[in-house]
Amino acid sequence: MTGVRIAGTGHTHFGQFPERTGRDLFAEASAGAIEEAGVDRESVEALFYGNFMGELAEDQGHQAPLMAEMAGIRVPATRFESACASSGVAVREAVKDIRNGESDAILVGGAERMTNLGTAGATKALSIAADELFEIRAGMSFPGAYALMAQAYFAEYGGFREDLAHIAVKNHENALENDHAQYQRAITVEDVLEAPPVAEPLGLYDACPITDGASAMVLVSDEFADREGIDAPVSITGTGQGSDRMALADREYLARTPAASAAASAAYADAGIGPEDVELAEVHDCFTIAEVLAIESLGFFEPGEGIGAAHAGETTCDGTIPINLSGGLKAKGHPVGATGTSQIIELAKLLSGEHVNSDAVADARVGLAHNAGGTVASTTVHILEATQ
Amino acid sequence: MSEQRDEGYDEWIDAIDRGEGYVLECSNGHGSLPPRRLCPECGAGDLERRPLPEGGTVDTYTRTHVPTPEFAEDAPYVVAIADFGVARLTGQLRGVDEPEVGMRVAVGVEERETTGDPLLVFRSA
Repeated sequence: MTGVRIAGTGHTHFGQFPERTGRDLFAEASAGAIEEAGVDRESVEALFYGNFMGELAEDQGHQAPLMAEMAGIRVPATRFESACASSGVAVREAVKDIRNGESDAILVGGAERMTNLGTAGATKALSIAADELFEIRAGMSFPGAYALMAQAYFAEYGGFREDLAHIAVKNHENALENDHAQYQRAITVEDVLEAPPVAEPLGLYDACPITDGASAMVLVSDEFADREGIDAPVSITGTGQGSDRMALADREYLARTPAASAAASAAYADAGIGPEDVELAEVHDCFTIAEVLAIESLGFFEPGEGIGAAHAGETTCDGTIPINLSGGLKAKGHPVGATGTSQIIELAKLLSGEHVNSDAVADARVGLAHNAGGTVASTTVHILEATQ
Repeated sequence: MSEQRDEGYDEWIDAIDRGEGYVLECSNGHGSLPPRRLCPECGAGDLERRPLPEGGTVDTYTRTHVPTPEFAEDAPYVVAIADFGVARLTGQLRGVDEPEVGMRVAVGVEERETTGDPLLVFRSA
């Protein structure tokens, strides 16, 4: 089985670009990825593309062939939809495709246009990642769903809003020098605690922003990279995926995310490592509580112990396991379909020394990316290793 | 959308409204909500209707301030997940100023303020 290497990456700025179409965003990101990879467009054999709310945001379904056009490639193109894990799933399928010998070079990425919907429209569009009959009809919003998990966590394990605030502060701090982040602005614990409530106990600064953006990368087989002389020092060595019951109410746990644990177990086994080998991670912090649930499910912290990790400095840039050195979804932004690929791009740059925050993890060789869909009814986990 | 009937679900909501709420239970004792053809836990096909217990216990709740447009005039409102033993239900908790995890609730059907659609509602029991 061949290894899979990251040959090139491309990224738009993440932010509010209501006048830019999704296709324009992906055109920019994909051009960057193909140029950085240094491959001929004719060498790319497929497009695996993630997008969630295209029908609601742009009246545009069936986006994959359109995005292949925008990338200037004539190849089989498929859209993957798993809510906020859409491009994480696309990456996983691309890895499997290269490993099984079907393709040597695949363009994989995602895009989302969201800010043109406004807050109410985006709130509605995001809500459809939940169970329509039993959650949406009860008035559950996406922030509301995570608020239910936060309250359940507090009830089961304890913890305070202040602990969550430290996560937001950390991730904003990490994004200060990240030029494609939506927010390059420091915030304080007081800012978070005093922000207007969205769904209690979560306030505005516990939530990631509504974002437009795209990300893309070219994945290649080891043989292709060697043959073409491509500089690709980071490999994807593990991939895993997990699912859970759609509705929160139907789950065994309200304050744990077993789909992430299952995805992590599979990815660890695939890469032949364990959580103790991971030196840094990009996790799906759509809300502050989501980072807590992630770092516990991934095996970095025991259940109930993740909530204090940012406050204690364990997950900060100089901590034992830096989490979201990119700024995370919280500060970098969360254009839903683009997020999974974006996390892997940030991780690859951190491991190869090309990231503005690489100095924080100068000797790191192993990183993990965790991408969650909905209330973690879908999750992908990928292990990246600096192999050269 | 509101003209569309959702077989199984609408029947269930109507039953709760009449005070005749039920859950589905398979031979292995797993509870679930309709519509189902198979138990989502074990795939068993022998789903039987069991009466929904009269009272449930709040497992978690949130007061939502930023709603979807369909709940614009309802906000702020409290969404809760309550455990009824064989299954948990998600609904809105009304008439309670200070919700608490562990509080006992009864379930019924009331109207959504914004659209008038039926809404699963918990009230203190």
